[in-house]
Amino acid sequence: MLAHQQHHITLPEGSIEKQTTTLNVGPTHPATHGVFQNIMELDGERIVSTEQTVGYIHRAFEKLAERRPLYQITPITDRLNYCSSPINNMGWHLTCEKFLGVQTPKRVDYLRVIIMELARISDHLICNSIVGVDTGAYTGFLYVMQYRELIYEIYEEVCGSRLTTNIGRIGGFERNFTNTAFEKLEKFLKEYPKVLKEFENLFARNRIFMERTIGGGAISAERALNYGFTGPNLRAAGVDYDVRVHQPYSSYQDFDFTIPVGKTGDNYDRFLVRNQEMWQSLSIIEQAYKKVQEFKGTDAEIFHADVPEYYLPKKEDVYTKMESLIWHFKIVMGEVEMPKGEIYNAVEGGNGELGFYLVSDGGRTPFRLHFRRPCFIYYQAYPELITGGMLSDAIVTMSSLNLIAGELDA
Amino acid sequence: MALTNQDIQNKLQEKFGDLVSNFEESYGLLSFEATAANNLKVLQFLYDEPSLQFQFLTDICGVNFPDDAGREISVVYHLHNLTENVRLRFKIFVPVAAPDVFTACNLFSSANWMERETYDFYGVNFVGHPNLKRILNVDEMDYFPLRKEYPLEDQTRIDKDDEMFGRG
Repeated sequence: MLAHQQHHITLPEGSIEKQTTTLNVGPTHPATHGVFQNIMELDGERIVSTEQTVGYIHRAFEKLAERRPLYQITPITDRLNYCSSPINNMGWHLTCEKFLGVQTPKRVDYLRVIIMELARISDHLICNSIVGVDTGAYTGFLYVMQYRELIYEIYEEVCGSRLTTNIGRIGGFERNFTNTAFEKLEKFLKEYPKVLKEFENLFARNRIFMERTIGGGAISAERALNYGFTGPNLRAAGVDYDVRVHQPYSSYQDFDFTIPVGKTGDNYDRFLVRNQEMWQSLSIIEQAYKKVQEFKGTDAEIFHADVPEYYLPKKEDVYTKMESLIWHFKIVMGEVEMPKGEIYNAVEGGNGELGFYLVSDGGRTPFRLHFRRPCFIYYQAYPELITGGMLSDAIVTMSSLNLIAGELDA
Repeated sequence: MALTNQDIQNKLQEKFGDLVSNFEESYGLLSFEATAANNLKVLQFLYDEPSLQFQFLTDICGVNFPDDAGREISVVYHLHNLTENVRLRFKIFVPVAAPDVFTACNLFSSANWMERETYDFYGVNFVGHPNLKRILNVDEMDYFPLRKEYPLEDQTRIDKDDEMFGRG
């Protein structure tokens, strides 16, 4: 594993034409977990240089968004980081709310926090278990997928879909959480900690896993900041930057949690940081659920802000009242003018700071909408992380960075 | 002593005078404009000045204003001072006929791909960029798709062969 231990055969110059081998990893290599291509120059098994090609699944989201009214943009955000769609959806809705000056009730904030933290857990769970797969431990991955299913069932109960959730509305949720949703949440809170503990025991002090991940793909805090790292990857390098704490949104200031940080920024630290964050997320969900339960009577019926211009009217009203029908159409067709101005708003996505830069010229659709996609920004550091290391470590590094092709390519 | 938007504005005006303008605050975020030729000097000053320390580049993106003659293409930088936790937005404008902007790659490694993306979609020529080529679109593309002169396809067009889209 260590570079200096490798034995090199020295050949006289010019004895063979080229001393290195070119290897194409991807675009659809099973180990890349997505559509990425890397053209690597290898000296034996050691990486001399690499060049990434991205954009295989570019879908012109920013262009599409210029013709879509606010609600029609939510499904686009689903398809950025599809491992944690609800965070993207809510990030977008929070941006709209901040832009339009919508105040959300506390109960909505807490419900959102529950969903967003569930999404974070499912995101980190995928990433960490995939790191396991790439180091040769398939079992952990298959095992935890059963428990991600519990999270998806909660989404399903709240919004009707699982992967690309399109969850919520500007101002809150489309409907109140049902009792079944809360029951499913309780089931998750009861069963998941045991599983996470087991998963942690499987990897955290596992000799083979440690040997494979410690020291691989390391980056210093300074370089990570210069490369625009955010999220768990930056925290693994030792910088405690977290949007939830630095610019609290959705009432994150009401919760008590810590930001886990690593030291070396290598694959192992990234694994540990994500693992710790799952514990923190669990604790946040528990706190949020407790807070939600404190709302009694009519307060427990609040699930959206009172903003009739942006929040779809109730279905029974749409069928019986002219006014509601008109508003339903106006909102769905996007016939509401936005104010003029610009805004940058960020949330802590599964991979880091997910930002939305919205420029409006007062029309019905954004004049310009730019997504700050954390993946896209930190993936450019990949050659620096893997050069000089082994090919097999490069694969682990790629999965421990949690690259999501959808987010990378927009 | 917390860093306020007013402090930042004063520092910038003191250093650059008329070269920085249009200071405004939207949703708590300071936003200003500088001349395109000075973008690097402003970035460097914001980076180095001990009281400012904007050393984290959050984002670079382009915006196209086709009706604003001579200022059609805008490049927008979002910077973050992580110790004071203050953000700012900084814009430059260039004419679409000669969209030349100095690259920030030497200051921020993260600028590399962000600038390539901006080039890819708006055709901004980042002078001094080590590897300025398309990143998300195909290399053969000969236009810059996010410019307003390329509208999305008309959704009501009827000259398409329906059979090809499973509707025939």
